[in-house]
Amino acid sequence: MRSFIEKTDRILKSPLGLGPRGLLLLACLLLVPALVSPLWRLTMFAPQYQEGLRLDIYSYKLEGGNHGQDAREINLLNHYIGMKDLAAEDFTEFLWLPFAIGTFGLLFLRTVVLGTLGHLVDVTVLFAYFAGFSLWSFAHKLWWYGHNLDPTAAVKVPPFMPPLLGGKQLANFEVYSYPALASYALGGAFLALLLSLFLSWRAARRPGQVAGSGPG
Amino acid sequence: MDQMTRLSKWSKRSLAAAGLVAGALLLVRCAPSAPTGAKKAPTAASDLQVAAMKTYVAPGDLDEYYLFSSGGHSGQVYVYGVPSMRHLSTIPVFSPYPGTGYGFDDDTKKMLGRFTWGDAHHPALSETNGDYDGRWLFINEMNGRIARIDLRDFKTKEIIGPVANISGNHGSSFVTPNTEYALMSSRFSIPIPKGTYAPIEKYAATYKGIAAGIKIDPKSGAMTLGWEVLLPPFDWDLGDAGKGPSDGWFFLTAYNAERATGKLEVTASQRDRDYIVAINWRDAEKHAKAGEGDLIGGVKVLDPKKIPGFVYLMPCGKSPHGVDVSPDGHWIVGSGKLQGVTTVFNMEKILTAIRNKDFTGEEDGIPVLKYESIKDAEVQVGLGPLHTQFGPDNWAYTSLFVDSAIVKWKLGTWEVVDKVPMSYSIGHLAAAEGDTMHPKGKYLVGLNKLSHGRHLSVGPSQPESSQLVDISEEKMKLIYDAFTEPEPHYAQMIKADKIHAIEVYPKEENKHPLAVWDVKDAGVTRQGDKVIVKAVLVRSTITPTSVEVKEGDTVTFALTNIEQTTDELHGFGLLDWNVNIVVDPGETKTFTLKVDRPGVFPYYCTNFCSALHQEMQGYLVVKPK
Repeated sequence: MRSFIEKTDRILKSPLGLGPRGLLLLACLLLVPALVSPLWRLTMFAPQYQEGLRLDIYSYKLEGGNHGQDAREINLLNHYIGMKDLAAEDFTEFLWLPFAIGTFGLLFLRTVVLGTLGHLVDVTVLFAYFAGFSLWSFAHKLWWYGHNLDPTAAVKVPPFMPPLLGGKQLANFEVYSYPALASYALGGAFLALLLSLFLSWRAARRPGQVAGSGPG
Repeated sequence: MDQMTRLSKWSKRSLAAAGLVAGALLLVRCAPSAPTGAKKAPTAASDLQVAAMKTYVAPGDLDEYYLFSSGGHSGQVYVYGVPSMRHLSTIPVFSPYPGTGYGFDDDTKKMLGRFTWGDAHHPALSETNGDYDGRWLFINEMNGRIARIDLRDFKTKEIIGPVANISGNHGSSFVTPNTEYALMSSRFSIPIPKGTYAPIEKYAATYKGIAAGIKIDPKSGAMTLGWEVLLPPFDWDLGDAGKGPSDGWFFLTAYNAERATGKLEVTASQRDRDYIVAINWRDAEKHAKAGEGDLIGGVKVLDPKKIPGFVYLMPCGKSPHGVDVSPDGHWIVGSGKLQGVTTVFNMEKILTAIRNKDFTGEEDGIPVLKYESIKDAEVQVGLGPLHTQFGPDNWAYTSLFVDSAIVKWKLGTWEVVDKVPMSYSIGHLAAAEGDTMHPKGKYLVGLNKLSHGRHLSVGPSQPESSQLVDISEEKMKLIYDAFTEPEPHYAQMIKADKIHAIEVYPKEENKHPLAVWDVKDAGVTRQGDKVIVKAVLVRSTITPTSVEVKEGDTVTFALTNIEQTTDELHGFGLLDWNVNIVVDPGETKTFTLKVDRPGVFPYYCTNFCSALHQEMQGYLVVKPK
């Protein structure tokens, strides 16, 4: 047991090699598109909307397609079933998401500079938690919109869960929900962290070597 | 570690990294750029060859059916040929139409009264034994009026109304099987008689709905008010007359059984069921003849609370729009626009329930029939059902606004067999003689609210769309897109051979007191400051060629087109005055002018008539006082 703790401690304290640090820098750079491009895209088609209505969810805002008109149209349509208007004020995510992404940028840089494998484990675990929590938060928001229908609405529909990933037929609408560029960037950042972790861990298991220093 | 091992280790790592990236790329998915749902065709499409063959009417050939389409708030009726969907003619009804001089001459001006607009909704062809007889076309208008168009000359002959107490005459005109009555009703209940004040808060208790029977003279077609029935302040929407076993009854839908005010899209959509009212019009006629009812707004109004036994309410799910009686008259089909089903009532069951007093309550003294006792089926037709038309063999066709489609289903078995997409958002639909006792099948026209993207762009005022559907086979097929004048609500499609239109007015039928048939009789007569000009219009002179009057005179021109040749129309435009008359061959029209300014004003033939059409001109010379 003691030897396990000692071994783990040694591994966690081992400094990161150039490769893993490079990957961390890459993860840090990927946070830029994650901040400025859409995270998720909802697309709706109906016979009357052959060209589709689009809604892009950013880390800090909602943006309708067709110069914002699609968001107004979606709200207009949803009012018939008593759904609350999609409003930026209702998304607390828009406050903490950019803050969190910025924080991760700083943590990644910190790990690049001070980097030990322990730091890397910290940011990877934190980042995984952040990604999971964000997804849950988004899913919960969808659920909340689909389950807080005005009981006095003109058209009464049973509460429903809009699709989180994939397509679904809702009344006369085909609704699609897919991650967009920012989510892929975040995914890429996470992959870079995992890869960095994998390389560092492998290298650090061999004592005397700089973690994941690579060939040469 | 030798070089080789290092290299292989490194390449293993690279491979692992590449694998992760490839895995991530596989996960990348985007929303489709077009709908992919299997049951939704991307747009309403057609089989090109079939469609071309079925709709092509060669130059010089004639169409098989007339389609009379309401012009909505344009106030007109538009005539199309089916299957070509060619626009043949515009019949002006509730609005002036300079093209035929409608609303400029004394008679049509008087007929239009104080309005130059009307919101025309539901044309109804006259019927004999429940089938179109090709005599008249009736069409309602929101300002409490109904017009009668004579199909002998396609001219509006009479406008009745605004009828007392009727407010927002939407549920109209729907004639009875032998054209005994046309229906009128209030979509926007008000305190009656008109002119009564009551604050909006007192809506539920003091505002009243009205249904009225407009009696039609079987010979002349002349319209008079037959009876009025007092109804609760619901929004009376659409109707139909019973036939066969349901003959003698009018059916009329209502939304807002909540008696709500304000934001109706919410407040009037709270109850799961609203109503269809059934009015026994033969009984109403008897009560009216007996002089019963209370005098309101100068007319006798029958109150079902005081005179029970001829008005009943049928619960119908939710916010019903159209109600349509099946060809054999056994079934009453009501479509709740906020439901996914169309409700079919059975007339025998309705009559039994009335006999057995199978009621579940009452509204302002009107018994409510028990829904379960009178309903035959709730047909799962789709989203937003509005109206139903019929074909032979018990086929029914229901328009679905939300689904933007027409659904085909069968009366009796209630099986839903086919669905055809409409572009886009269909309202009414009209099948060939599809609301008579003997529907022809073959053609069905969807009257759509949106057309975007299916025609050359013409700016923000987009045309409406009327789509022709072939219903001669098991599967419905879209075969033509036509773009129609605003705004087709309902339409009537009648076999062309049922209409026998004249092409000139025979001279011997012209009994106009100011008509002159010889240029020798044309001229000016004066009585004080009243001047009468009897003018003859014939190729290529307007006689007299000049008219001199004095400032301050009142001048009546009587224009007789003495041509008896098809298509020899003459126009009469008077420059600097709002005078634009078109006189058909054999017709006499008058217009009256208070000549309040001196000068010389040219008049001329506006409607091209002959090689020397340009020379067909004259002068109105007004001498100063």
